[in-house]
Amino acid sequence: MSNEIMAELRKDYIYNLMIKGEREDGRAFDQYRDLKIETNVINKAEGSARVILGDTHVVVGVKIQPGTPFPDTPDQGVIITNLELIPLASPVFESGPPREDAIELARVVDRGIRESQCVDLSKLCVTPGEKVWMVFIDVHVLDDGGNIMDAASFGAVAALLTAKLPAKRYDIGEDSPVPMRNVPVSITAVEIGGTIMLDPSLDEQSIAGTKLTVTSNQEGEVSAMQKSGVLPLTSEQINYIVDMAIEKGKEIREKFLVI
Amino acid sequence: MSKPEKLIENGIRLDGRKPDELRPIKIEVGVLNRADGSCYFEFGGNKVIAAVYGPREVHPRHQQKSNSAVVRYRYNMASFSVEDRKRPGPDRRSIEVSKVSREALEPVIFQEYFPRSAIDIFVEVLQADAGTRTAGINAASIALADAGIPMKSLISACAVGKIDDTLVLDLNKDEDNYGQADMPIAMTPDGRITLIQMDGNLKRDEFREGLEMAKVGCMAIHEMQKAALMEKYSAQIEGENNE
Repeated sequence: MSNEIMAELRKDYIYNLMIKGEREDGRAFDQYRDLKIETNVINKAEGSARVILGDTHVVVGVKIQPGTPFPDTPDQGVIITNLELIPLASPVFESGPPREDAIELARVVDRGIRESQCVDLSKLCVTPGEKVWMVFIDVHVLDDGGNIMDAASFGAVAALLTAKLPAKRYDIGEDSPVPMRNVPVSITAVEIGGTIMLDPSLDEQSIAGTKLTVTSNQEGEVSAMQKSGVLPLTSEQINYIVDMAIEKGKEIREKFLVI
Repeated sequence: MSKPEKLIENGIRLDGRKPDELRPIKIEVGVLNRADGSCYFEFGGNKVIAAVYGPREVHPRHQQKSNSAVVRYRYNMASFSVEDRKRPGPDRRSIEVSKVSREALEPVIFQEYFPRSAIDIFVEVLQADAGTRTAGINAASIALADAGIPMKSLISACAVGKIDDTLVLDLNKDEDNYGQADMPIAMTPDGRITLIQMDGNLKRDEFREGLEMAKVGCMAIHEMQKAALMEKYSAQIEGENNE
């Protein structure tokens, strides 16, 4: 609630700045906040990453263990993405089972990884029909400063890039890296009064009517997309965001997420 | 069904459609007695029914808003609607679908006319064949109108996808399973997009082209939605005049 009231008070301020071509933290409309990605931060996890994107702070852990494949894909490994908005991260998050916002975030992060086919699932098969590697990606949001979506997605990919299959522990052979063949990057934009801004801060996010997340792969193709929020977008705006997402995605991939 | 060798041959899809052709659509308005508005919508193999209740009191009370109505949308798949029985009740997918579907309709509803009240939309998928969320949105939009909820316009939805490197409108189940991309879109008649999701793989130009294709599809559906409403309500007016 406090969030919504703050947003209402700051709405005019942010809107007036926007007309002058400015943002409250001095960024350009297409500029991301300072991004730091640190990997291998949790020794017990098979892969992990800490992402700090402006005021947003998430930790992603990847746990990998053998399990049985799904009947319809007997020769493919399994990836499961989970994300919770725990009350530690914001006064507006509540404990209890995940609600639609958290479920949407988790599913969009998952979609970016799954649909870009960045993990070669066939190489996660140990014995077809019996034993495959199950990869659990758990996103822990520690501080909500806006745009959890991208922070979670960067973290998930960074953690996967450093993750090892713990084969030795389960007597399946030697440890090896998770077979990665692509690096998806998700880019989120909001629309405020007709202007498109990338990487919304908490205030920008709470006053924006709508949010579009576009995940692109290293070939510059779109692999996942999600519009979230109640205001419509025109096809020109969507095309513009897709163009920016591919370009910005390339930049972030080259700088932070290298196979 | 295992993956067919080809999903499209000489510009004809497995079910005989051309790339830009929608599946047959059947619409019935006002099919439920208790609901304030309702609609039965068949979209190829999809059979969905939408009911609208409201504006009515909000339960639980803490959900109510003092300056507008709350819109609630429940998308639910019947356990028998799919090949392998679906465990009844909401799952993560249906919660996400409910959220984006609600957001697809909210922009056209005059929520501010009904402070402290709820507009409840219930969508039941009786039979599923790819595209249930778009079928649900199409049905819900008509049910809202049937309930007399003031709206700026109807919302029309359909999906665009890619099969065998060809862009096609309105994927069926096999095309969805074995295709390369699926992109459900909902929009107003003037082309403002209220829902867009996408998964798979689309090149930059394919995306641009797909968006245009979806527009044409949605416009065609919009005409059918309008016709279905006109059919019910023009008949009613004539009937009243005769009395």
